[in-house]
Amino acid sequence: MSKKVAFLQGNEAAAQGALYAGCNFFGGYPITPSTEVAEVMSVELPKVGGKFIQMEDEIGAMAAILGAALAGSKVLTSTSGPGLSLKQELIGYGCIAEIPCVVYNVMRGGPSTGMPTGPSQSDVMCAKWGTHGDHPAICLVPASVQETYEEVIRAFNLSEKYRTPVMVMPDEIVAHMRERIVFPEPGEIEVLPRKSPTVPPEQYKPYDTSFGDVPPLASFGSGYKFHVTGLNKMQDGFPTTKAEVVQAEEERQVRKVDANADDIITFEEYMLEDAEVVVVAYGSTSRSARYAVNVAREQGIKAGMFRIKTFWPFPDKQIKALAGKVKGFVIPEMNLGMCSIELERCAQGKAPVLGIFRVDGEPINPDQIVEKIKEVK
Amino acid sequence: MSRYELRFSGAGGQGLITAGIIMAKAASIYEGKQAVQSQSYGPEARGGASKSEVIISDGPIDYPKITQCDALLAMTQEAANKYSHDLKEGGVLLIDSDLVTKIPAGNFKTVAFPIINTAKNDVGREIVANIVALGAMVALTGQVTRENAEKAVLSSVPEAFIELNRKAFSMGYERALAASV
Repeated sequence: MSKKVAFLQGNEAAAQGALYAGCNFFGGYPITPSTEVAEVMSVELPKVGGKFIQMEDEIGAMAAILGAALAGSKVLTSTSGPGLSLKQELIGYGCIAEIPCVVYNVMRGGPSTGMPTGPSQSDVMCAKWGTHGDHPAICLVPASVQETYEEVIRAFNLSEKYRTPVMVMPDEIVAHMRERIVFPEPGEIEVLPRKSPTVPPEQYKPYDTSFGDVPPLASFGSGYKFHVTGLNKMQDGFPTTKAEVVQAEEERQVRKVDANADDIITFEEYMLEDAEVVVVAYGSTSRSARYAVNVAREQGIKAGMFRIKTFWPFPDKQIKALAGKVKGFVIPEMNLGMCSIELERCAQGKAPVLGIFRVDGEPINPDQIVEKIKEVK
Repeated sequence: MSRYELRFSGAGGQGLITAGIIMAKAASIYEGKQAVQSQSYGPEARGGASKSEVIISDGPIDYPKITQCDALLAMTQEAANKYSHDLKEGGVLLIDSDLVTKIPAGNFKTVAFPIINTAKNDVGREIVANIVALGAMVALTGQVTRENAEKAVLSSVPEAFIELNRKAFSMGYERALAASV
């Protein structure tokens, strides 16, 4: 049997991916250029017995999905820059209370309301540092319609596996671009269920580390009662200021992602075998980079691309290894050098990092990248 | 490489993004090629500058935007002025002859006919001007067959408007052929 195909937009594919992953609750507030996700979810969720709610604002939407997740739902919200800023307080709450959820954020020009219809990649730091305090961060940056579909599914899986908010951040180009998509059959892509408690309600503690760094999460309404707070907490969920408990819990929350970086980080290596100049790129910019690498190769330049698919945790290990082998990195990004800082940190001075930074709402074109590749000596 | 680049440009509300989507859908779903459609538009729903870009290729498409345009549709004078400069030598420029009166010069073939007027008076509804334009672009670019493009049009419009759109598409296709000889 031939598979189902469609000609879809990135945002529409994201919504379809969420449905494949078993998302049954969407709370959101519409904002360009992410609104199509909410549109599709509002039509499709009722058909599968799910709930769609348009909240009064972005933080309300974040609160709604956290509550629904605690009641056992698989949850999604979608937004863009200004909305992401407004959600930050409760994204931190999701991190400390360890609530699985997926935040889909389309990157448009910023800061503030910026350029609603223009593409950008300037929210990648916000994905890690937007909410205050030390906390785990997972952020996926797809580059095509098909990949947006698949990465949303992976985001749901990671959020369940590590019991933490996961962000998917396409730029506006990927989110609004249309391409052919081939839908997987049910069961073809693994969908991870939530780890439920194996103990009876009276023995249950929501942060019981005897089950490892990711304790099982009971659903409200299933007979398990527990306390949830944004304060530093003990294993039973009640607040504490006990120094050793707070230290251990904070470290565990960060460790559950950092120690599993190899399980989370994904990337693509394009023509890297003999590459002397490596273009590091993500999202739609990686499409320009691939074009540029092909042009450079035709001109006899040994160029390659390292494509970041998982922005957080950052692929430190891979970049460090490349830095020891190459003449230099080129980083095209639609911001004023956010990934560039990370590259410089990982390169540790072993290879120069040449940036192409654009915030004018126009995509970085392949010619610009080819020129920059030629500057690497 | 077989990369072919089309730009549908004009004003918000003229349905150009839809026309681009249908062209790309025809190539990618019905013609068995690969296609990417992207768009850019201002914050205005109506009246602001709007463009939709379609890349068609036999192989995978990396950069989704125009590098050197093969075929340009300009439905406003502003769009014709702004985008004709990166039209390839030997490329095609299609304009609405009522709206674009100052015809840009260049080493490309210009085809002109009153697109909106054709929709309004010959097809019967101004709203299908984008489908008239699409029919014309299909005829002038030869990237997808007439049959596949028509399938893409008909699968993209509501049931009640199938005949209207079929007529608009055919009219655009024929007018463009007549105007380009």
